[in-house]
Order: sequence, then structure tokens, then C-alpha cells
Amino acid sequence: MEAQPLDGTTLHGLDAYLLRRWDRILEQAAEHLVVVALSVGIAAAIGIAIGALVWNRPFPRSVSLGVAGVLITIPSLALLGLLIPVLGIGWTPTVVSLVLYALLPIVRNTVVGLREVPAAVMESALGMGYTRTQTLLRVQLPMAWPVIITGIRVSTQLIVGIATVAAYVSGPGLGNDIFQGLASLGSINALNRTFVATVCVVVLALLLDALFILIRRSTTPRGIRVRPAA
Amino acid sequence: MSDRLLESAPDEEAAGSRTGLGIRLTDVSKTYPGGSAPAVDGFTMDIPAGELVVFVGPSGCGKTTTMKMINRIIEPTSGSITIGDEDVLTLDPVRLRRRVGYVIQQIGLFPHMTIAQNVGVVPQLLGWSAARTAERVDELLRTVALDPGVFAHRYPRQLSGGQQQRVGVARALAADPPVMLMDEPFGATDPITRERLQDEFLELQRRLRKTIVFVTHDFAEAVRLGDRIAVLGDRSRIVQYDTPRRVLAAPADDYVASFIGSTAALTGLGLVRVADAELGPASEAPDTAGVHPDTDLRTALDLLVSSCGERIAVRDGGRVVGSLGLAAIAAALAAHTSSNGGA
Ligand SMILES: Nc1ncnc2c1ncn2[C@@H]1O[C@H](COP(=O)(O)OP(=O)(O)OP(=O)(O)O)[C@@H](O)[C@H]1O
Ligand SMILES: [Mg+2]
Repeated sequence: MEAQPLDGTTLHGLDAYLLRRWDRILEQAAEHLVVVALSVGIAAAIGIAIGALVWNRPFPRSVSLGVAGVLITIPSLALLGLLIPVLGIGWTPTVVSLVLYALLPIVRNTVVGLREVPAAVMESALGMGYTRTQTLLRVQLPMAWPVIITGIRVSTQLIVGIATVAAYVSGPGLGNDIFQGLASLGSINALNRTFVATVCVVVLALLLDALFILIRRSTTPRGIRVRPAA
Repeated sequence: MSDRLLESAPDEEAAGSRTGLGIRLTDVSKTYPGGSAPAVDGFTMDIPAGELVVFVGPSGCGKTTTMKMINRIIEPTSGSITIGDEDVLTLDPVRLRRRVGYVIQQIGLFPHMTIAQNVGVVPQLLGWSAARTAERVDELLRTVALDPGVFAHRYPRQLSGGQQQRVGVARALAADPPVMLMDEPFGATDPITRERLQDEFLELQRRLRKTIVFVTHDFAEAVRLGDRIAVLGDRSRIVQYDTPRRVLAAPADDYVASFIGSTAALTGLGLVRVADAELGPASEAPDTAGVHPDTDLRTALDLLVSSCGERIAVRDGGRVVGSLGLAAIAAALAAHTSSNGGA
């Protein structure tokens, strides 16, 4: 990055900035990671449960997918603003809004995955004497798992970016540096601040993506992995 | 032995495996929701304990629907079904299904489970100990001619179609059910594999004597396997319900005759033993090709044709007891057909 000597709107002195502020950057990155992980965890629990409840009921299924689809289109700034009167500021509205954004890919993939189990497998589960719940837990969910984990991965990617907006409601994460930098453009290190935090968000997203590929590989039952195991 | 379906099987060591219970369907009908005419209309049938009954009939006649009402995969609209002396329709369907072996055409193995886990599904549901289940799985894999050391820890997709079908049969047999329902279990295999699976299965059934309802639309398969054949027409109407010999020899009407078709003579040969044919003198037997007196005539004919000779030898334990030629085979078939014709 070739910096032109124009104070505050260039990356001038990036190395010095990093050296001085690395602890604060790390702290924000850690917060960012925690808030994303927490939200995705909650969204996965809720989303898989919703998917398991509605996958074979056409009307509830369209309703839940429709609602989750609408939620994801609400501008993140607006949603956070709307949550302030109810939930105040800080972590709570941040996590709540991130959970709402993360739901759609998880619910949708859960529904798709559960429905993709071949009719013959469903019928033999019934014929062996599995109850509905046993069929869901022992047959459908394990078989749908690669699809579900992919939904969780997409959600994670989505909210790693959206989580930066949390800074507007005094939430945690790298959004703080990004927006403080943008708000003080012209002053020394302003662009450094925004730039470094943005790069951190991208790196975090890439690392999480890699992590999910590993998780998917190691948690997919051997019999249904795409590449033959033997 | 108990004739109550839901009682757990006796300990293998104590009583050996559990033989079949009779099935009785009385005036059973099924109308699918939205269907105008019933798919099965007033079906009544007695299936004796320990027998293998084959349902044959054209596609869409209601074979599958009729069979699936027995384990309540499909709920009858009306009528009654009993297994042993229990009314199937009053039992808890989940417990019922754990006591009825079930094999479907598409096999439907669980792809995320190993072969051992697939076969162990029902024992596990019935609460067997891990050790007893493992022992049973080993025994069953050997029963269907799959080496447990090789196959137990493989996954279904690592098996050929024929091997998967054996696993399907093993899985259905796992908890030693008195009743088995099999819907075209050998449908998805090539003719050679199919014949081998049928042979192995017959061998197995001779030992186990389960009560089996077996659906196929292959008449030759019905003749090979069935103790009785039920030829079904539209809406599962029973056109003829009789032993394979009598269905072949005396088709109830033109419909059954057309269903039997040109396979009748050849299939009929499969029902006559070499010993029942008039054998020629042992001195005329060649020293090469030979058959046992218990072999069926169809197999003997195959051998005769492929040996290119006039006759084949009939040997019992190394001793030549006679010779068999084409004329004797034809005569035996004619005699067999006329003797059953009047029955
Ligand atoms: N789930 C269903 N809903 C409505 N109609 C059905 C359903 N299943 C089967 N049928 C109808 O019931 C009739 C009997 O079907 P069934 O599957 O029992 O025939 P089948 O004798 O087993 O045929 P095949 O040899 O092709 O398997 C058919 O006319 C079929 O269209
Ligand atoms: Mg059918």
C-alpha cells in the first residue's frame, strides 16, 4: 500500500499504529468473535428446532421461511435502532439482531436437508419401528447435517459483517474502530484505524469459513461424505 | 411356543429361532384419500403359519397396498387383520412394526450407519444389550453370506446392489420376527444375482419357517419361492390362491393363464425332481455331466443342453443311479401337468 503524505486520509504510519494499538485491536477482534459465535450458536439452536418442527407442514413452513426472509431484509441499522427502546444498548440488542439475521439460512437449510432424506429411507425407518422423534434424531438430522452445517456457515459469514454495525448501539466488536475511524476522518490515524479493523473483519470471516469446512468434514458421518471413504 | 406377537422372542439358546405366526385378513379395504375407487376392495385371506405366500399381479393392482396394511405402514379403511391371535389394528403401530420384518424394494438402508448398525437397528430399539446385538449381527451377516469381518464396518454405499439387498433381508430378520413382509426385495438386481439371492433365501426360509408375504410381479419368482401364490387382479381381487403347481397346471381363468404366459412349461420343470422322471439305464450315462436325483428338471435340462450330449448322468453320492435324456424330461413334465390338472 503506497501511502501518499496526506495526513489522516491515508494509511501513513500504519506500522507504528499497529505497534501501538495491537492490544486494543485484538480485544475488539475477540469481542467480535465472541458475539458472532454466541449469536450463531443461539440461532442454530432456534433455527434447527424451527426447521425440525415445520419441515413436513406446508403452511407453518412457508410462514417461518417467509418471516425469516423478511427479517433478513430489514436494514441492520434500522433493526438495531428499533430494538433500543425494548432492549437498550450494548450486547443484548446486538446479539438479538444478529440471531434474527442468522435464522434464515439455518432454518432453510434444515428444512431442505430434512426433506431431502429419500422416501425409501423414511419408509424403512417407519417400518423398523422408529417413532417420529427417533426418525428425526437418528436418521434425518444425521443425514441432513452437512446441509445444516452449510446453512450455519452461511449465517456466520453474513453476521460477521453485520456485527460491525453493533457499534452504533455501543455493542462489542470491530465496528467500534471502523466507525470511530470514519467519524474522525482527517485526524491522524483515522484511516489506519478503519482500515485495520476492516481487514480484521475479513480475516475473521475467512478463518471462520475455514473452521466450518473443518467442522463439516469432521462431523459428517463417514457413510455420507461426498468423497468415498475407502 | 407363544403365538403372541409382542412377546419378546425366547432366548435363542433355549428355544432356537422363532417360527411364523399365521396372518388373517378379513374383508380389508383401503381407499386412498381423494381416490374415488378403493385400491384394495374387501380382501380376505388366510396365510398359514410358516408359509411363504407370494402376491403376483400387474402393476397398480394393489399388491403393495395390501401388504403394507399388515404392519400398518398404510392404515386400512375397513376390515380386520390378525397376526397369531392378536388384532393388529388395536396394537401400538410402533411396537407392531418392531416385531414384523420389513424389506422394501428400494432397500432403504440408512446411509450414515455401518452395515452392522443397520442390521442392529431393531434389536437396539427393542433394548437388547450391545453384546447380544453384536453377536446377532455377526450371525445374521453370515446367514446372508456376507463375511462380518469384511462388511460389518462398511457403509451401504460401499456395497453392491445385491449385497445391499442381503443386508436389507438381514436387517428385517434381526429381531427374529415371526412375520416378514417383503416388497420385491430382489427387484433391483440383475437376473443372475437375483437367482442366487432367491436360492439363498429359500434355503434360509427352509430353516426359519417364518410367515412371509412376498410381493413380486415376476411370475417365475413367485413359482420358485412361494408355498402358495395369490394371483391378484384389479383392486387386489384374489383371482387364484393356490400352490404353484396347481396355479401352473390349472390356471383359474384366462387372466391367470395369460399371466403365466409362455413361461409355464419351463417354470413347471422347476417343480419336478429328477427322481420323478423315468430314468434310463445307468450304463447309458456319460462319465461327465451329472445331477443329483433331488435336482429339479429345469436345472437338469440346462445341464443337458449345455453338455451337448444325448443324456446326462444321475448320481447319488458318487454312485450312478441312472441316465436322463430329453424324452424323459418331456414325459415327466406332461405327466406332472396332467396329474395336477384334475386337482
Ligand atoms: N399414496 C397413494 N395415494 C393414492 N393412491 C395410491 C397411493 N399408493 C398407491 N395408490 C394407488 O393404489 C393402487 C394400488 O397401488 P399399489 O402400489 O398397491 O400397486 P402395486 O400392485 O404394488 O403395483 P406395482 O407392481 O407397480 O408396485 C394404484 O392404482 C395406485 O395408483
Ligand atoms: Mg408395489
